[in-house]
Amino acid sequence: MINEIGHFALILAFAVSIAQSVIPMWGAHKGYAEPMRFAEPAAITAFLLVGLSFAALTHGFLNSDFSLRVVAANSHSLKPLLYKISGVWGNHEGSMLLWVLILTLFGGLVAALGKAIPPELKARTLAVQGMVGVAFLAFILFTSNPFDRLIVPPEDGSGLNPLLQDPGLAFHPPFLYLGYVGLSMPFSFAVAALIEGRVDAGWARWVRPWTLLAWSGLTIGIALGSYWAYYELGWGGWWFWDPVENASFMPWLVATALLHSVIVVEKRGTLQSWTILLAIFGFSLSLVGTFIVRSGIITSVHAFANDPERGVFILGMLGAAIGGSLILYTWRAPKLKNDTVFAVMSRESALVMNNLLMSVSCAVVFIGTLYPLMVELATNGESKISVGAPFFDLAFAPLMVLVLIVMPIGTALPWKRGDLPKAMARIWPAVLIAFCIGAVFAMLRWGGPILAPFAIMLSFWAIFGVLADLGERVKLGKAPARESARRLANLPRSVWGQAIAHIGLGATAFGVAAITAWESEDIRTANAGDMIPISTYEIRFDGVTTEPGPNFRADIGRFTIFENGEIVGKISSEKRFYPVQNAHTTEAGIRSSLIEDVYVSLGEKQENGSWAVRSYIKPYANWIWLGALIMTLGGLLSLSDRRHRVGAPTRAKKQKMVAAE
Amino acid sequence: MRLVFALIAMMMVFPVHAVEPDEILDDPVLENRARELSKGLRCLVCRNQSIDDSDAELAKDLRVVVRDRLVAGDSDDEVIAFVVDRYGEYVLLKPRFSIGNAALYLGGPVLLIIGGFAFRRMTRQPAEATAAPVKAPAPLSEEERAKLASLIGKGD
Repeated sequence: MINEIGHFALILAFAVSIAQSVIPMWGAHKGYAEPMRFAEPAAITAFLLVGLSFAALTHGFLNSDFSLRVVAANSHSLKPLLYKISGVWGNHEGSMLLWVLILTLFGGLVAALGKAIPPELKARTLAVQGMVGVAFLAFILFTSNPFDRLIVPPEDGSGLNPLLQDPGLAFHPPFLYLGYVGLSMPFSFAVAALIEGRVDAGWARWVRPWTLLAWSGLTIGIALGSYWAYYELGWGGWWFWDPVENASFMPWLVATALLHSVIVVEKRGTLQSWTILLAIFGFSLSLVGTFIVRSGIITSVHAFANDPERGVFILGMLGAAIGGSLILYTWRAPKLKNDTVFAVMSRESALVMNNLLMSVSCAVVFIGTLYPLMVELATNGESKISVGAPFFDLAFAPLMVLVLIVMPIGTALPWKRGDLPKAMARIWPAVLIAFCIGAVFAMLRWGGPILAPFAIMLSFWAIFGVLADLGERVKLGKAPARESARRLANLPRSVWGQAIAHIGLGATAFGVAAITAWESEDIRTANAGDMIPISTYEIRFDGVTTEPGPNFRADIGRFTIFENGEIVGKISSEKRFYPVQNAHTTEAGIRSSLIEDVYVSLGEKQENGSWAVRSYIKPYANWIWLGALIMTLGGLLSLSDRRHRVGAPTRAKKQKMVAAE
Repeated sequence: MRLVFALIAMMMVFPVHAVEPDEILDDPVLENRARELSKGLRCLVCRNQSIDDSDAELAKDLRVVVRDRLVAGDSDDEVIAFVVDRYGEYVLLKPRFSIGNAALYLGGPVLLIIGGFAFRRMTRQPAEATAAPVKAPAPLSEEERAKLASLIGKGD
């Protein structure tokens, strides 16, 4: 019964979304207030209906209702509760439902909170949002129905893929979707603005919080995936330039660019059509990320043929969304005001530089990811090439070097007109500090890669450049300490957010440089009691025991870490066997710290009774994800700035006026 | 999300682990070279994974081939040439530069240069833009003077 309610709610949501995409658009065209206002209850109703449907599916998973095809295929009665819940989105159908749930939630939020959005813009934006909803709901209902029933339910389910049974991966998809779907909001605003033919500071103020939210979600989602790879894959890899990773990274790069260009629109009233274009590309890449990867087309053209029904639907949707919005863009964008003029050395030109570097980075990743496919198609499959990590490292690193060099200078430049010497005068201590830190690392790690200390220097230049600018803003050392503290406390949250996010990027860059340059590794077979010397440590292998888990059996290898003859820690690494799926996973043993990780992973048992053991020392590894966390924090802090809060802009203005009276 | 599934599908087939202890060469210098070379070679049955990361049988075979060639005294280039001869350029994770791959290698730099020109055009204009208003505007005509006077008068 509950399943039928869920299914029916989904169909109703589909109908409501159709109405939401047509009626307000027509109202806005004609200038009728009532049809325009219809968008609000429609968006909220759509959200409630999809929410009901999602709750019904969750109910099915929690109660192991194996009459549902997806539950039977992806769940098991013995699975821990957390993975019964995450199992809801741990499959194609459920993940699509989660996608639409977030989509309608955002639509509902705009409807409920965006009281100050001009009615035409709001009606059109919600109508576009409704169209996206229609497409996705149709996709779910006609090709991927989660409420499909089995006439003869199996006794028990086939279980969730063991690799997905991990806390990190349980929450990786929702965050990523928050980002993907979040970009639908700037997209809807952009299309609505194109139809309206007007982009102003107010528009930018509406787009910015959604972009911030999407960007923060993407950042944390990507970091979770990367951290998961680090501890789960058994050798501590954290980024592979795999097509699926690139698919999530490209929207992040565009969202980063959009985040910066929208500021220029807001503060200087230029760069409108470029910003609109970024908003369109951001969501297009999210769609590509959701779909092209899902259909497997990037891996091989043939994978596409396995599921032609979904494939054709996906292509149609991509074509309509991307093609439609780009046609609208070429038609309407020239009508937007576009007299972009500014000084070479100014905050806005630095923001444009950010946009240039982010877009080119994205293009490089895009070309690299799709090139093998292009070559295969162009030569009819006769010639095949591979584009992997070595290429991406080579192509991407120089761009990131430029980003790190420019970033602190950009934040130190004033709006409209600045000059380099003045900006550098603000942040010169950062150069000194970065140089010293680089030199210290060069001495400590003598004999390592020559470029590494320079990369470290750059990372700390980014971090301290931002800090120095912050210090300058509050007249640190130039005014009494109390005055500086007061100024610091009075800085707008968006300024804090910007500084913190930029520091986060520096921290990630530092982690990446350090782990790439100075990792040590030892691979051997070991018997219980053997000592493994690595870096400044000795690791003792204490043997393996077999123990049962909730729905798996684990071989647990135990290790004791010695430094200078003293015990500094104990870790264990597991090899898990999941009987339901007949599959193995590994859990690395990690002694984590901000300085370095001692990383041990248990391998196969050898014929002579010894075990393969892989030990690694990963210097500053945690800085990679810590940096991402700091970036997210910066994003959220900026989001909490009342000027960006959804619904806040005019209210804030009114308050100021009251205060002035 | 398929993101995850695809990653996983690939890992389900080849439970991780890569380089096995029995493959490692006794000479650390040769072993180091082998590792570096392995990072640039594709595991032919995997998804964009290097043989250094992959646990597939085929990847292991290729790692052993690389090590055998190194022990036989090949230079790095000779080893790569040997592997490419057998498996084609598909095996290289960083494709060689060629006419067909020009767009891959030049796409980024060309876009950066085009973007750089656009940036310069954007930032050059202000000099002209600010120069224009400096030209003294034509003096007011009699008519305008009268209008102005009447407007000011109204203001009082």
